[in-house]
Amino acid sequence: MASVTFDHVYKRFGDVIAVNDLNIQIADKEFLVLVGPSGCGKTTALRCLAGLEDISEGRILIGDQVVNDVAPKDRDIAMVFQSYALYPHMSVFDNMAFGLRLRKTPRDEIKRRVEKAAQILGIEHLLDRKPRQLSGGQRQRVAVGRAIVREPKVFLFDEPLSNLDAKLRVETRANISKLHQQLQTTFIYVTHDQVEAMTMATRIAVINKGILQQIDTPQTLYDRPDNLFVAGFIGSPAMNFFSATLRKDDGKLYVDGGSFSVLIPENRTSVYMPYAGKQVIFGVRPEDIHNPEFAPPGIVAQPVNSKVDVTELMGNEIFVYLKTGDHSFVARVDPRSRYRINDEVQMVFNMDNMHIFDKETELAIR
Amino acid sequence: MQTTKEMRSQPTGALGWLTANLGRLLISLFVPVVTFIVLWQGFLFLRDSQAPQIVIVLVAILWGVGGVALLYLVSNWVVEQLPPAWTRVLQPFVFVGPGVAILAWYLAVPAFRTLLLSFQNNISTAWVGLDNYIFALTDRVMLEAFRNNLLWMIFGTSFSVGLGLLIAVLADRSRYESIYKAIIFMPMAISFVGAGVIWKFIYTYKGEGSGIQEIGLLNAIVLALGGQSQPWLNIPPWNNFFLIVIMVWLQTGYAMVIISSAIKGVPGELLEAARIDGASEIQAFFNVTIPYIRGTLITVTTTIIIFSLKLFDIVRVMTGGNNGTNVIANEFYLQRFTYGHAGRASAIAIILLIAVIPVMIYNLRQFQERRAF
Repeated sequence: MASVTFDHVYKRFGDVIAVNDLNIQIADKEFLVLVGPSGCGKTTALRCLAGLEDISEGRILIGDQVVNDVAPKDRDIAMVFQSYALYPHMSVFDNMAFGLRLRKTPRDEIKRRVEKAAQILGIEHLLDRKPRQLSGGQRQRVAVGRAIVREPKVFLFDEPLSNLDAKLRVETRANISKLHQQLQTTFIYVTHDQVEAMTMATRIAVINKGILQQIDTPQTLYDRPDNLFVAGFIGSPAMNFFSATLRKDDGKLYVDGGSFSVLIPENRTSVYMPYAGKQVIFGVRPEDIHNPEFAPPGIVAQPVNSKVDVTELMGNEIFVYLKTGDHSFVARVDPRSRYRINDEVQMVFNMDNMHIFDKETELAIR
Repeated sequence: MQTTKEMRSQPTGALGWLTANLGRLLISLFVPVVTFIVLWQGFLFLRDSQAPQIVIVLVAILWGVGGVALLYLVSNWVVEQLPPAWTRVLQPFVFVGPGVAILAWYLAVPAFRTLLLSFQNNISTAWVGLDNYIFALTDRVMLEAFRNNLLWMIFGTSFSVGLGLLIAVLADRSRYESIYKAIIFMPMAISFVGAGVIWKFIYTYKGEGSGIQEIGLLNAIVLALGGQSQPWLNIPPWNNFFLIVIMVWLQTGYAMVIISSAIKGVPGELLEAARIDGASEIQAFFNVTIPYIRGTLITVTTTIIIFSLKLFDIVRVMTGGNNGTNVIANEFYLQRFTYGHAGRASAIAIILLIAVIPVMIYNLRQFQERRAF
């Protein structure tokens, strides 16, 4: 149980900067998810914390201790690898006991702890097997078990679900969340899957090209993304972006996308007034675009005429791919809607939940 | 296939069936006979021809390679003419048969003959029971050879494998890995006899006396350090170790190359996991790397054990087995070709064979397990 701090951490591989001035304070007992596209430096950051990579600059602290020069074995951390990295020649029991044996833990204490961990994970009946006799999901649980018997200060997870099938992934996701509740320890979890991040994290750090984009609770990240990257990365299907101009007309402010023009709610007009006449990027999430027939009451609805391109029925909802002028966008509409390809339709945008980004800096304008 | 044949033969009746199958039978006989004649003529040509050498060489290549292919093709074709049920049973033998036959002729039969000879007297004219074995297991010379082979097996193997492992691990972490490995591997390219000649220069001893100059490398070093020159190959039992050094020099490269490739196969994440679990580099090596390459280590070890059991060349070239350096294979050679005692030589060969068999079985079993891994 400890806090973790990244203090101006850099990691360079030759000319490539994998981690660029990373600053994160992770509180004790927090479940922090590092998320970002492949190659963004999130795994490198985790490996630096584990001590598997030396950092080029900055400091990493576990608790109050700077661990820059501390060997992995002395950092009191446990890690679950993407490939699980189970020792193939050892039984499940020995895999889990390995770390304890190296620390000269008494035999009965080892047995007690391994059995307890196995019970938490539901793998008691597998303790005598070798890793090659286990299924992917079982191996994953053994890898987690190997981490928890050590009772470390910090747990590190490096994409532990990416080798599981979809159904098992959902199940394991819930189990890991539950485990965090039970253990009350700091979890740091790396993934490229924003759904995993949203569902498990107490806070999410979005990283792109080695740079921390935003770190906040899942809901805040979703509702108030700081920049274009975060807005596009979090949420599925992704947020729709339109190149547009802010047009001032009769004291009111409109988002003018050429083929459409929508009114910015009055309570937010003052924020955007300085940008009147400028080019911006206008963002709306698919679920904030409605079929007028089923639009929820009380929203600030603005109509947009468009044409249906493709529809995808999901059962509980329909993804409609639409076009207006040069703009393509996706709407997540009520399943009772009846859309056919090439229908000319009017959609309504919920302007309460719109986002506007500066075209130059790509930062959210608030 | 079967159905078409039946459909073809049924309407023509019994006579038709007979003629059709008789035709097939005749062709089936005709083709092998022609093949045999072609091959026989080729043989006669090679034996008696006065043609220019180059022609003979070309014909020989054609006859040898083509002949083998032809034999396979024709026998396969003949088997395919039989009813399908027969074809299925016989076809494997067409392909495996020649191999088995050659193995039997060159391996099984000689082994069996050696076994027979080992119960006969020196010129193989009378049965002598177990006399030869009693000699082989009790004679002072033989006991010395057994002891020496044991020395070779224990020290030669452990030093070769140990050094190979050490160098493989160290080279793996070095920047100049390929250079180091090439240097260590190079002696592998030298034959045991060649190595013997080289090391003879190293161990040369000229003796003491005025005007005598030592030309041996080892003695030169010893003299330069203020010591006294030594007849290295004449001091039992140490001379055995001086000979074993030669095998280690030759075999370390082999062990290193194989072990090195196994070490490269150890997933990096396994070692990282061990480090995070709290293992030092040495603990990670013994708890993760070694078990991971265990199969390879056993294979390399047993291979070198077999090598050292049947070791012959180095001893033959360096000391001829004198001065307490005799080994089983050398004694076999002496018995057979110097003393002309076929019985004793055969008994020694059989004992050597029996000694090697368990190691080989273990080696093979290990190999099979690794495939299942």
